[in-house]
Amino acid sequence: MSDLKKLINDPLKVADELVEGLVDAYNGDCIHVGQRSLALRNIPDGKVALLVGGGSGHEPIYHGLVGKNLADGAACGDIFAAPPPGIVLEATQAVDKGKGVLYLYGNYAGDVMNFDIGAELAEDEDIDVRTVLICDDVASAPPTEKQSRRGVAGLVPIVKLVGAASQSASSLDELETAAKKACLMTRSIGVSMSPGSIPATGKPTFDIAEDKIGLGMGIHGEPGVGEIPMTTTDELVPQMLDYIFKDFDADEDVDALSEGDEIILFVNSLGATTMMELLIALRKAKQIFTERGIKIYDVIVGPLVTCQEMAGMSFSITKLDDELKEYWNMSCQSVCYTKLEGHQGA
Amino acid sequence: MAKEQLTPAETKTMMLKVADAIIEAEPILTDADRALGDGDHGVGMERGMNAVKEKLEASEYESVGKVFMDFGMAMMSSMGGASGAVFGTLFRAGGRSIKDSSTFGPQELANLITSGTESVMDRGGAKPGDKTMVDALDPAGTAANSATGQSLVDAMTATAAAGVAGRDASEAMIATMGRAKTLGEKSIGHPDAGAVSVAIMLNTMKDFITS
Repeated sequence: MSDLKKLINDPLKVADELVEGLVDAYNGDCIHVGQRSLALRNIPDGKVALLVGGGSGHEPIYHGLVGKNLADGAACGDIFAAPPPGIVLEATQAVDKGKGVLYLYGNYAGDVMNFDIGAELAEDEDIDVRTVLICDDVASAPPTEKQSRRGVAGLVPIVKLVGAASQSASSLDELETAAKKACLMTRSIGVSMSPGSIPATGKPTFDIAEDKIGLGMGIHGEPGVGEIPMTTTDELVPQMLDYIFKDFDADEDVDALSEGDEIILFVNSLGATTMMELLIALRKAKQIFTERGIKIYDVIVGPLVTCQEMAGMSFSITKLDDELKEYWNMSCQSVCYTKLEGHQGA
Repeated sequence: MAKEQLTPAETKTMMLKVADAIIEAEPILTDADRALGDGDHGVGMERGMNAVKEKLEASEYESVGKVFMDFGMAMMSSMGGASGAVFGTLFRAGGRSIKDSSTFGPQELANLITSGTESVMDRGGAKPGDKTMVDALDPAGTAANSATGQSLVDAMTATAAAGVAGRDASEAMIATMGRAKTLGEKSIGHPDAGAVSVAIMLNTMKDFITS
């Protein structure tokens, strides 16, 4: 494969420059912090803070989720690499307003180690830190081992819900509890048709045959449950959603998805898959949920959790209860995701 | 001339050569990681080694341990990712165990690797056999520990050989950690990229000490 025509400057400065540009995109609402973090400009004193973060290269997440009623800050790593502990500490200090900081990020070995070292450094500075890991990819482990799952696109509805919860949380304990619930109720499944690339090398992140789809692939192209022949949307979507239905069924910690339930449906593109393709998939998903009597309370659709020009898409489902619905109904605003108060849907 | 004890200045020169060797090996590391991970190990290590060179070249040392501690801190603060955390931990903890030594001999080699490896296992939760860098480090540490009575040349030669054998042995293992674990049995046949880096580092140290 020939190298992609990627419009960048120094390949080793891609992450630094994209974060600078992101701060510019916020146009004053966010400030650049330390080596490579950003934080909301005005975080109220006494607010329980929410910090997200992870490797760069998946824009507009994670750092694009810093915003009103969303995350207070983000610690940004290099391309596809966790932020070093020093960056985590700088971001933590920037968002701490005396009530402690909740770390909310995807479950990857590198992120866990670096954020853990960052949390130890923060505790040396007398900042109270808790961590809730996002583990929503049902293809990466069975329900009995769900704490070992990868964190994928479900982070968007999760950060939306936890960001809303953080506005009124009276303690770090309370926010941690809300975050655990949002994570438990959110499950995702993805597919991929072709790889993204690493800007610094131009090399594809994985290999897959032209006529195959990687079912259950992660957002960096980590292998999923297997490869299946290339097919149509209407053949693929039921297979994907089946993994999510079966997961809610099999997991003893949650009730099965059943008639009368209300969900947030997030249809995500990994980069190259177009809005056209997402909408065709959304149409099929809607039919399936309608047949099962499951109500779609709100929809997110678009390329929000990406891996450069990786072709593929994912579904994330968040099952709502009254508490989560209340969080959902709050407005929010960021580069990645903005919504008005309430929800779309009759 | 083969070296029997390294001064802090020689230790610094050796570790600068390690940094150059890793930078040169970037394509090899990238390919090794693409087979099992997301292909970012080579670029991350290159970034770490550039930071290492900047730090070491600007510093004078009286303690050999401090050379390794700076090596680790430069990696940890510049790289991020799993590699930054575990390699940073390896050299920071390993260096701390010999921070009072003004020469690098067989005992310092053994302390460096065994203390560093223990801390890596604590931080990342990997055990021998999990197909990680520990599979190169653990046998290297064992070899270094049983060679403390020998010359530095012999000890380093045995240590590097054990590390290389450990890297080779990782090919037959099934990954249970990190992003490679979802590959299961498909991970067989490829060495772990972290173990490949460890083997290159040990071999470069050996080449410096035996030359």
